[in-house]
Amino acid sequence: MVDDLVIDVRHLTTRFGSKTIHDDLTFQVRRGEVMGLVGGSGTGKSVLLKSIVGLMRPHAADITILGEHVSADPSGYDRLRGRWGMLFQDGALFSSLTVGQNVQVPMLERGGMSQALINELIALKIDMVGLPADACPKYPSELSGGMRKRAGLARSLALDPEILFLDEPTAGLDPIGAAAFDHLIRDLSDSLGLTVVMITHDLDSLAAICDRISVLIDKKVVVGTMAELTAHPHPWIQSYFHGERARAAFAETVG
Amino acid sequence: MSIVNEHFDPAGGADQAAVSWEMRGEGLHVRASGTWTIATVGTLDAKIRKARELNEARRVIVDAVDIVHVDTAGAWLLRRLVRTAEENGGGGDVVNLDARFERLLALAGHVGQPDRIAPPPRLFIVKLLEEIGEGAFHAYRQGRDLLGFIGLVTVKLMHVIVNPRRIRGTALVNQIEEVGLNALPIVGLLNLLVGVVLAYQGADQLARFGAEIFTVNLLAVSVLREIGVLITSIIVAGRSGSAFTAQIGTMKVNQEIDAMQTIGLDPIEVLVVPRMIALIIALPLLTFFAMIMGLFGGGLVSVLLLDLSVTQFTTQLLDAATIETMLVGLVKAPVFASLIALVGCFEGLRVSGSADSVGRLTTQSVVESIFLVIVFDAAFSIVFSILGI
Repeated sequence: MVDDLVIDVRHLTTRFGSKTIHDDLTFQVRRGEVMGLVGGSGTGKSVLLKSIVGLMRPHAADITILGEHVSADPSGYDRLRGRWGMLFQDGALFSSLTVGQNVQVPMLERGGMSQALINELIALKIDMVGLPADACPKYPSELSGGMRKRAGLARSLALDPEILFLDEPTAGLDPIGAAAFDHLIRDLSDSLGLTVVMITHDLDSLAAICDRISVLIDKKVVVGTMAELTAHPHPWIQSYFHGERARAAFAETVG
Repeated sequence: MSIVNEHFDPAGGADQAAVSWEMRGEGLHVRASGTWTIATVGTLDAKIRKARELNEARRVIVDAVDIVHVDTAGAWLLRRLVRTAEENGGGGDVVNLDARFERLLALAGHVGQPDRIAPPPRLFIVKLLEEIGEGAFHAYRQGRDLLGFIGLVTVKLMHVIVNPRRIRGTALVNQIEEVGLNALPIVGLLNLLVGVVLAYQGADQLARFGAEIFTVNLLAVSVLREIGVLITSIIVAGRSGSAFTAQIGTMKVNQEIDAMQTIGLDPIEVLVVPRMIALIIALPLLTFFAMIMGLFGGGLVSVLLLDLSVTQFTTQLLDAATIETMLVGLVKAPVFASLIALVGCFEGLRVSGSADSVGRLTTQSVVESIFLVIVFDAAFSIVFSILGI
């Protein structure tokens, strides 16, 4: 496989006060793959994600995204906006806007499209994420948690991004809803050619849809496929992938 | 007969995308080329919408052989060309599209009609009537709930007073520091300035009658009876009443209040009672400080501008105001304090769901408490005048 890297993070060091979170970490994602990001609490999964999308400035880093060397030239972030989408944990929908208006925000920001076309595209996105069309005029407070996540996903897909960042997309969903959401992401990633980076604690998601998994451990990243990682000798990875829950999730996809 | 229509618009970023069409027999043959993505669909869409042939066609074949790249927006637009024909009672197809993009086309295929994205607008008159009705009902419910809340808090307050060990000492002292001590600078400064203004304006008017000396009487009576307590209450309502609503409201959004209840803590006792007692203690003290500062400000003007000596000023002051005058002002302070604390906490506990409602209810809390303070001040004036105080 050709290493067509869409995200290339090297020498990432993050410190909070005297506490080092990442120490000379390397994190790379290839085009079109679904990358899972796991790690214990406080290992800096969200911090890594925020550093990549520029919500946080790390102590030191060499970050290249879609060919933009943003750590050397921060103006690259302006050009990248619209080429990626991010789904926050609870959707982070704007609570004063309806679902349709939420999806509309990035499109209006981009400009150049008539309102009629925007309306059609909104209907398309809403349909893509599996929401009923009548969810459009509803406010986020009228939706269930799962629907809010889908609406958030529709907003992050509004501009047809190349990379999708997901922060615990299935947390707080029931197993059936979570499985449906997993399939939705895999499906979208396949049909849109999306590169997906997702933080998750959900072993079912990891087993079902991730091509590779990055484990944040000892301030570094250990990367591999599910099969490779299950054979990894590190004790934390061992207990993570060989716990009772892991076996069940793994058996399901293999068997 | 053929109509060929090329579109090039280098400035609009659509230079890489084009659409052209011609009649072939009974059907319209559309050639789509270039990259049909979110960057180009705006211009393509505008062009397609304007073309009568495309909108009236009953049979459309979209030839996508020259398409380089498509995203969902572009796929929708390709699909819509065929859909228009279907709506006109005919049909068509997209042909020769690169296999990579077939899935996108399928994705765009099964969307229903675009739905509205905001609730439907209503007739002005209907909306007006609806808002009046809603407003009246809201005011009624608000008043009823507030009354209920006052009752509830009174009962809890009595509990705590009978059982002083239940007072949360640390919380109480913290609150007194926050609403009382920390408010001293702003309360002092504003009352000083109001005293200055009163003396200055009073002297200006009274000078016409040669009665400058009575500026001191004017100052004493207005600052001690009305202005001191009123200005202080309004500042505290804006400063602490809003803080109460925001603090409690944020806790409500974070489900901290629910957590308290499951642990067995009573939110009224933990959150409302300490704030209320703190304000009832702090506001009279603040008011006293405010009165002194107001008199000081007025005195400064009198001495500097009216050429009164300090002794003359104090003699006149003691002549104009008795301790009773001051008590008339001070007795209102605990009542205003209760109002501000009650409204602040009440609105905070009414927060539900979103961050949006914290902001809305904080505004409402400040407006309501200032409104109630002034209404009660007027009531006090009437009662005092009937009682001849």
